[in-house]
Amino acid sequence: MAALGTGRSARAGQYVALLCYVVFLAFPFLWLISTAFKPARELASLHPTWIPENATLDNFRQAFDEQPLLQAAGNSLVAALAAALIAVVIATPMAYVMARNRNRLTAASTGWVVVSQAFPFVLVIIPLFLILKNLHLINTLFGLVMVYVVWSLPFALWMLVGYVRAVPLELEEAAAVDGAGRLRTLISVTAPLLAPGIVATALFAFITAWNEFFFALVLLKTPEKQTLPVVLTHFLGAEGVADLGPLAAAAFLATLPSLVVFAVIQKRITGGMLAGAVKS
Amino acid sequence: MRARLLTAAGAALALLLTGCGGADGGGDGRIRLRFQSLAWQKESVDANRELVKEWNAAHPDVQVEYVQGSWDSVHDQLLTSFEGGEAPDIIHDASDDLADFAYGGSLADLRELLPERLKNDIPQQSWLTTTFGEGIYGVPFLQEPRVLIANKKILEASGVRVPTAERPWSWEEFRQITAELTRQMGDGKYGVAWPLKEPVSVTLNLGLSAGGRLFHRGDDGKVTVDFTDGDAVVARTIHDQINTDRSAARSTLGMGGSDTLPGFFGGKYAMVPLGFSYRQQIVQQAPEGFEWTVLPAPAGPGGPAQGVSPQTLSVAEDSAHKKEAAQFIDFMLQPANMVRLAQGDWMLPTGTQALRDPALHTQKDGWATGAELAAHLRPAPAQSVRGYPEWKDKVATPAYQEFYSGAIDVQELEKRLVEDGNLVLARYQR
Repeated sequence: MAALGTGRSARAGQYVALLCYVVFLAFPFLWLISTAFKPARELASLHPTWIPENATLDNFRQAFDEQPLLQAAGNSLVAALAAALIAVVIATPMAYVMARNRNRLTAASTGWVVVSQAFPFVLVIIPLFLILKNLHLINTLFGLVMVYVVWSLPFALWMLVGYVRAVPLELEEAAAVDGAGRLRTLISVTAPLLAPGIVATALFAFITAWNEFFFALVLLKTPEKQTLPVVLTHFLGAEGVADLGPLAAAAFLATLPSLVVFAVIQKRITGGMLAGAVKS
Repeated sequence: MRARLLTAAGAALALLLTGCGGADGGGDGRIRLRFQSLAWQKESVDANRELVKEWNAAHPDVQVEYVQGSWDSVHDQLLTSFEGGEAPDIIHDASDDLADFAYGGSLADLRELLPERLKNDIPQQSWLTTTFGEGIYGVPFLQEPRVLIANKKILEASGVRVPTAERPWSWEEFRQITAELTRQMGDGKYGVAWPLKEPVSVTLNLGLSAGGRLFHRGDDGKVTVDFTDGDAVVARTIHDQINTDRSAARSTLGMGGSDTLPGFFGGKYAMVPLGFSYRQQIVQQAPEGFEWTVLPAPAGPGGPAQGVSPQTLSVAEDSAHKKEAAQFIDFMLQPANMVRLAQGDWMLPTGTQALRDPALHTQKDGWATGAELAAHLRPAPAQSVRGYPEWKDKVATPAYQEFYSGAIDVQELEKRLVEDGNLVLARYQR
């Protein structure tokens, strides 16, 4: 009985901790929403409120009037979707090889993948810029997508290697016994089980590209090519001064696609697909 | 079904990406220039865009494309563009960001490109902000003094002497007045709120009025840091207001200018030292019936002098059409156009003709006070010092922040600024 009580209080503690964590994570986003709907005078109030007293859509109107947000969102969407798709298509077979064939080469490759994550943007931007310039890919979304793919590939690979290793080898051996070849096994047995991992990896690549600012800033010159993070900076003045209302409105809209993508595919990421696949 | 979906997705992707290729237009014999503007407030963007449109209408053979840049990232973006040979032809920036680009050969020397009209219209002290070595690498066109934005009701009710551009407060008088205002306003309220998120530029630029220079160029052309009595005046005043008199709010030490406005509107602070362009935010955000006024910053023995880093227009050295780019700059900075740009950005024009425009001398929104200060604006002390950004970030900012918070005394501040600072600067001047 005492043990039961202890268990309940522990569970209650866990829920409280979880609630605190959720509130901590949600606070900036909720404040962003609140700010987006406040008129300028409320933004400068000494006693800010959660709920706008005179909620307005003026910030949204101003944001759309002043900056080409839809065009920029379209560019971001194209770049992020393309980068995610290409990264996953390339990374999946590579990850399979690295996970299933463990030798010095794959170990070194994995090490290099991890090390490559440590390179800062500023270190590679100028050589990258020159390479893309020689390829006539400056100021093109194609060039930007190439960069995003290269940039997200190591981490995508690293993630997928872990997912591939989580797929029991016995399933592939069983498929082989049934006469399936390597490719058939990969497509019909391993890939479906990898689906949540592939989705999670694609999501990572999408969000990385969707939020990326520096490469887009440097590689895209003309306004009609610029992505959303770059356009958002146009609401910022010198010395950190910001057009806060329109910036919040635009930033709120910029977060929506990521939220929608998460909401749609989060169920696909949940585990449990392998449950019962192997008797142990 | 799945295969069909994949094929469709692949085809859509291919279409999207192939449709995204871009190339600079041309081929019709016209000269095309790219003008990267950092205008960000609606009135300012509109003014810039309208001027570009007017130029394009009047010059069919030299078409200018307006490209929107951002103050937040302009240095990194330009650096990469210069390295890759893809910089815009006409570049909007601030003079304190030009030194490395000018010395590095990325910007064109404008001495032979600019017309005499423009050269003569802008005062010598403004040209000094864009002069590096022998050349001139930008046209300074907008500038903003730091002013005191004051709560009119509190100020008038207090009975203190209200300063004017001809007779500003001295730094000592300013300290006494903020103490008096604090006493009258009561607990939890302050005579002044210093937004010191960026303490270095505030201290250095206002320090000119007290004779502070901090950076001294020797006969060999090398710059060293030296902390004189003049350099200590502004720093000590702020320090004592916060730590001794308690007449300045400690909570604003880490704030930017905009962050102090709610407290200012709420009557928590009587005055806030801000850049002249902050008036636009005040007009937008001030509560109904809130009365405010613009006062000159305190002055020292050097009068109301203060350092500024004007906004500039430059031409890229790699531009194939420098002459036309300079002509466009000349058009943008015709006196009437300069007034439009100044009004759009809520700043002061550097041009003497533009500065005489009646629209910039109205009492409304404090334009007149700012215009009267224009003659006293000087190049910011750090204007042409190589290594200044590193000195500022690694040495001066933490040192000033600790000093203003009361963690270190003035001797320690001097030691850090001079000893550590000179080590940093020496690396750039070998």
